Amino acid sequence: MRYLEEFSDPALARGLLDDIRAAVTRPWALMEVCGGQTHTIIRHGIDQLLPEGIELIHGPGCPVCVTPLEIIDKALEIAARPGVIFCSFGDMLRVPGSDRDLFRVRSEGGDVRVVYSPLDALRIARENPDREVVFFGIGFETTAPPNAMTVHQARRHGIRNFSMLVSHVRVPPAIEAVMTSPDCRVQGFLAAGHVCSVMGVDEYPELAARHRVPIVVTGFEPLDILEGIRRTVRQLERGEHTVDNAYPRAVRPEGNPAARAMLADVFEVTDRAWRGIGTIPRSGWRLSPRYREQDAEHRFDVAGISTREPERCRSGEVLQGLLKPNQCEAFGGECTPRTPLGATMVSSEGACAAYYLYRRLGAPATPQEATPVV
Amino acid sequence: MCLAVPGRVVEIAERDGTRMAVVDFGGVVKDVCLEYLPDLAVGEYAIVHVGFALQRLDEESARRTLALFAELGLLQEEFGDPWEAAADAGPRGEAKP
Ligand code: SF4
Repeated sequence: MRYLEEFSDPALARGLLDDIRAAVTRPWALMEVCGGQTHTIIRHGIDQLLPEGIELIHGPGCPVCVTPLEIIDKALEIAARPGVIFCSFGDMLRVPGSDRDLFRVRSEGGDVRVVYSPLDALRIARENPDREVVFFGIGFETTAPPNAMTVHQARRHGIRNFSMLVSHVRVPPAIEAVMTSPDCRVQGFLAAGHVCSVMGVDEYPELAARHRVPIVVTGFEPLDILEGIRRTVRQLERGEHTVDNAYPRAVRPEGNPAARAMLADVFEVTDRAWRGIGTIPRSGWRLSPRYREQDAEHRFDVAGISTREPERCRSGEVLQGLLKPNQCEAFGGECTPRTPLGATMVSSEGACAAYYLYRRLGAPATPQEATPVV
Repeated sequence: MCLAVPGRVVEIAERDGTRMAVVDFGGVVKDVCLEYLPDLAVGEYAIVHVGFALQRLDEESARRTLALFAELGLLQEEFGDPWEAAADAGPRGEAKP
């Protein structure tokens, strides 16, 4: 039990695990939707502490991993153009496009800048009126409101040299896709806490009822995850399938109304291709026609891109929970965070990176031994 | 990327018609937009994601989370220099020793 000592409150962790153990009478498969939760689970060995028969299936909730290759290639092409300042969150730097990544574009002379916030990109646009500043707007419902506000501000302040390349994704349609897949083994969901901090929980009861699957809003810390698992297992054992909030300290039922209003103004729902998975109906947001001026896809002619995925990468199966990363033949040999074949090996939320950092040699590495990934 | 870090509001100021704050994340200080939580006051805690306060948090749970993140090195990951980290990983296809 070497891991329990690493929990902030080992006694509480033990209590939750005992509760889970006492409740379980048969095997159950749960999916944690969010890649941040996957990292916590693998880092702390939570999957190995659970009673036998409780399986955690890692979900598609890594925004960097599911951003379609075509959008990545568009980003790379725009970033390489003279006169453009391309701004992005740090996670995107090493995500492989068809033949390069942003890191490479920068080393070849592209002006690629990493920002902490989309508002930093807007400031760069103000400071460089003679340059085109493009921000790479990806992420789930947590990241969409900051990006929406930034686009809104650009229009309000008439900052004409700012635009955004938008590829946002939404969690509920992804849950729908997982549940309707013929290979689906998932019986309960840990829903992503911070997505619900923004959106609230009202999209989930219908999903839970229709698919007869418990959905438990869960936080990101080890104890949060154990609590989410405990509540999901309790529902499963009782034959219940409701929405439960195990992260009330950060999630109110209505979410953040101001953020939701801004999302409704700036974005519109669209079908979106998820890298490695395929198109999921109504699973994304794009800029609404009112914000066409701020849309980088409209401003830059980037049509006619032909994409090429490395054949050996099985990240699509990993993202759908059909394959554990260490079952991929390239894992840890040909494919490492230094030489990633797929985005799931690059992102700090990718399942392949989590396994590489903490599970490569069979036993988890201590945090000090682990190489940081972007 | 969905990591959201709790921080404490140190100072509030209107800037270009936008409600902004200086927020302290266990020693690292950042500018944060308060437009989505306009009634957040100095001394209060919120979870912050990419420079935006998204939801209020009580002080005790905020402190606990910050302590845990600091211990796990997650604050460094969130606020550290991503170019350095990317360079550390070496150019694509050429593993660095
Ligand atoms: S280990 Fe590498 S090649 Fe295999 S699925 Fe993961 S990213 Fe793709």
